Amino acid sequence: MHRSLHAFRSAYKMPYRTAQIRLVSSHPEVYEPCDDSFALVDALLADRTNLLEHQPSICMEIGCGSGYIITSLVLILGQEVPGVYYIATDINPHAVKVTQETLNAHGVLAELVCMDIASGLEKRLAGKVDVMVVNPPYVPTPEDEVSRGGIATAWAGGENGRSVIDRILPVAERLLSDRGWLYMVTLTANDPKEICLLMRKKGYASRIIVQRSTEEESLQIIKFWCDSDIQDLNEATSSPRKAAASFVGSLVSQFPRIPFGKSQ
Amino acid sequence: MRLLTHNMLSSNIKGVTNGFPLGIEVEKVIEKQVDFNPDFLRNMFAKVEWKALVDAARTMGYAELPEEADLSMLESDDFLKRFHHALLELHLEEGALVCPETGRKFPVNKGIPNMLLLEDEV
Ligand SMILES: C[S@@+](CC[C@H](N)C(=O)[O-])C[C@H]1O[C@@H](n2cnc3c(N)ncnc32)[C@H](O)[C@@H]1O
Repeated sequence: MHRSLHAFRSAYKMPYRTAQIRLVSSHPEVYEPCDDSFALVDALLADRTNLLEHQPSICMEIGCGSGYIITSLVLILGQEVPGVYYIATDINPHAVKVTQETLNAHGVLAELVCMDIASGLEKRLAGKVDVMVVNPPYVPTPEDEVSRGGIATAWAGGENGRSVIDRILPVAERLLSDRGWLYMVTLTANDPKEICLLMRKKGYASRIIVQRSTEEESLQIIKFWCDSDIQDLNEATSSPRKAAASFVGSLVSQFPRIPFGKSQ
Repeated sequence: MRLLTHNMLSSNIKGVTNGFPLGIEVEKVIEKQVDFNPDFLRNMFAKVEWKALVDAARTMGYAELPEEADLSMLESDDFLKRFHHALLELHLEEGALVCPETGRKFPVNKGIPNMLLLEDEV
């Protein structure tokens, strides 16, 4: 079995740069690639040169659904970043199976685990992840839809669509390495400014890589990375009075400046 | 599931203080060849808990890893090849992972561990 897979890979030399929709597997209870998925892959493509330079050794997706994103990430980094450890999680057991099929159909490998966010990986994978990608359930819904199960898990985000996002952010922060990058999909209703501000307090700079409006929704793909200048600033201003002043300062500077602050 | 993943997983049950490493119950192991990449292995060596890897590999039927390893061994091609095989090419296809404290089993089907917890375990 492994021989034929190997032969398949070398015979075709992975001609696609992202996952092919016709090769993406499906299941009635698994989220199909949608505008948000495409926007995230477009962001990864737009940032491809940086990603290749970054030479990540561990890449992770939280909430892999059909596998469209993680498969695309493997293909985008491809042979140019060899020997990457890819791992993806989803809370939906059907999703990890479908992701496996999608990976197989493209002849690429990633490790899959069914779990809530990264609950069984948080200890040992802490500080090790160089690239994390997340397309979370972000649709504002009544809070009880978040845990109802079934396909709603794919999109139900509770109040302001932030229920799951707000649980993912601290986990991401814990898992990312010092040079780690996080790419995340948000909806305008999620208040991305506030998310950036929250992450800024933890020492992360941010930039919108892709901005997209469809008839239904307005999406952003935000990239976060650890910025030692921000960390120093946070430390310098950690006395309550100064913190208040810097809070106002960062509110003012948040969007126009941070997005183009650094060539990440 | 490769042993690199096993090396990164812990039991996440409420109240468990040392959930690492998970025991392995083997029903079926498969091998998948992957490209040998010494740089990647050197990089991963620092991230891996060696003893957990040695024990896991042995449970999976591969007893060719030295009990102890240090950085100097990363110069040896023979060592790297064994490390490569254990870390990346052995897959637990069917079986279970076992919480070292409670004995709770997490099933592994078609190579995918299911670490979902029941309500009273969270
Ligand atoms: C919007 S879908 C994205 C799917 C896929 N990554 C894509 O972009 O097409 C969100 C995914 O997150 C998963 N998910 C929701 N809550 C989760 C949680 N607490 N832990 C892990 N995955 C979760 C859902 O099952 C679903 O597959």
